[in-house]
Amino acid sequence: MSTTATPRLSRRLAQGAFLVFCWVATVVALVALAAILWSLLSQGLSGFIDPDSGGLDLDLFTKSTPAPGSEGGLLNAILGSLMMCAVAMVGAVVIGFLAGTWLSEYARDSLYGKVIRFLNDVLLSAPSILVGLFIYEILVFPFKGFSGLAGAAALGLIAAPVITRTTEDVLRLQPKALREASVALGAPVWRTIFAVIWKSARAGMLTGALLAFARISGETAPLLFTALNNQFLSLDLTKPTANLPVVIFNFALSAYDDWRRLAWAGALLIAATVLSVTVIARILAREKTRS
Amino acid sequence: MTLAAETSAAATPRRRSAKGAGFDRAFEILCFTAATFLLTALGGLVVSLAIGGWPAFEAFGLRFFTTATWDPVRDVYGAAGAVTGTLVTSAIALLIALPLALGIAIFLVELCPPVLRRPIGTAVELLAGIPSIVYGMWGLFVFAPWFAKHVQMPIMMSAEPGSFWEKLTTGVPNGAGILTASIILAIMILPFIAATLRELMLTIPAQVRESAYGLGSTTFEVIRKVSLPYIRTGAIGAVMLGLGRALGETMAVTFIIGNAHGFPTSIFASGSTIASTIANEFAEAPPGLHSASLIALGFVLFVITFAVLALARILIGRQANL
Repeated sequence: MSTTATPRLSRRLAQGAFLVFCWVATVVALVALAAILWSLLSQGLSGFIDPDSGGLDLDLFTKSTPAPGSEGGLLNAILGSLMMCAVAMVGAVVIGFLAGTWLSEYARDSLYGKVIRFLNDVLLSAPSILVGLFIYEILVFPFKGFSGLAGAAALGLIAAPVITRTTEDVLRLQPKALREASVALGAPVWRTIFAVIWKSARAGMLTGALLAFARISGETAPLLFTALNNQFLSLDLTKPTANLPVVIFNFALSAYDDWRRLAWAGALLIAATVLSVTVIARILAREKTRS
Repeated sequence: MTLAAETSAAATPRRRSAKGAGFDRAFEILCFTAATFLLTALGGLVVSLAIGGWPAFEAFGLRFFTTATWDPVRDVYGAAGAVTGTLVTSAIALLIALPLALGIAIFLVELCPPVLRRPIGTAVELLAGIPSIVYGMWGLFVFAPWFAKHVQMPIMMSAEPGSFWEKLTTGVPNGAGILTASIILAIMILPFIAATLRELMLTIPAQVRESAYGLGSTTFEVIRKVSLPYIRTGAIGAVMLGLGRALGETMAVTFIIGNAHGFPTSIFASGSTIASTIANEFAEAPPGLHSASLIALGFVLFVITFAVLALARILIGRQANL
């Protein structure tokens, strides 16, 4: 290497250029974030304002998706999304907590455990549209119909690996002495896990569940051909179910201004939900590590 | 041996009467079943895609991979266009995102004033949290018009007629196309790569870096000659992880790539990726060769992403904790 022969000036120049580049890179990312948030707010908030009176308009939460040109809101889509996410989360939490526990408490070094850990990591970042195709093949096509349940299954399958991973990670952090203390008191292993390990890890496990929820509440691709869409308000998850992401997708690409306005309002709703859940999850995780 | 195995082996003879001990085995089986469920899900995913796509592989054979005709009217399908679109957009996205991500990671670890470290770290995390459909809408309605006016038009005007550069940049200057999709993809994968690189850099022992500083190195030299070589393997893994995300990204790309079948002709031309083709057509595709071809496309996408992600996980190992 020529470091000793290099004049000082070129080293200083390289250092200066490098520092500038790092600053610029960070600024680029921050500008992108600001630009996206600004568009969301400026375009999305118009959905909350009554075009005639200029006052606050809650049609968004009280009316269902309209035909082009008439008034309406996103009530059916919001409800549909909430129901599907709730069902998906129940399934994903049960599977994720148990599978994560198994990986951490029962199979830490076994070959089968390593295989599952690896495949779970792959599933974690597998393209979500493929999960949609899979659910279509096993739940939609055989039963001859799109349904909210199929959508929930697809979302659940996306959330479960996230929860499994975070659960395993946080359980691994629990000190071995905790386990030994409980077992020494005569508690069976399942009670040790239930009442001691899970209890001391609960903030971390909750964080994982929240992050998984944030992830699926914005997912669109797997819902396109599982839950499909529904123009009307319906609480029946065995039928096609309206949901925010697909409504946004359809409305945003439509030619009608009022549909696009609703799409922006919906996008703002989703982004606000996802971002606030993410922030809550981070705060929760941070408080746990501090204490 | 794990603690659970140790204690159950040691406790069986005398502790059988412990309260609720009989549930131990059941609980272990329950946990085992949940873990196995995930394995089955991934297995089922592969098998169902293979079975669903089989009619297309059977009908077109190798031509499915080598031709770019995608014609629902004549019922002839070839994956080459979509596969090329996927690989090209992801590659360009990576090319843009990698230097930026590296810059951000270094900034956060080495240069950032401590007061700003948390807010900026959180901001980058938020960028990762924005749903893909929001990126799509922003890309189509905000970024694409701006890009067409301020970047695309000047470039196309200045391109010499007949030159390679002109060929590379022909297209309709409406902002939508391969390059726009790549840029949006780059913004989306940027925070993931940056976060992984940052985690990796934090694993570098302080002594190693401090000795380099102690010898009089500048930050640039420490990063280039000490930090980067130290995290090389993991860093390649982080890049592959970002690539895996870009390959499978659906909604944002569907919004802004223009959705034209066939080989992309220039960086400003419309194109399609595997994921965008499936998202656009699958819900309306009649059962038969069309939907089978779409599922076959899905299978191809799975194979590509599985290879990339598997490699990424092996390279990163568990050190980055991501």
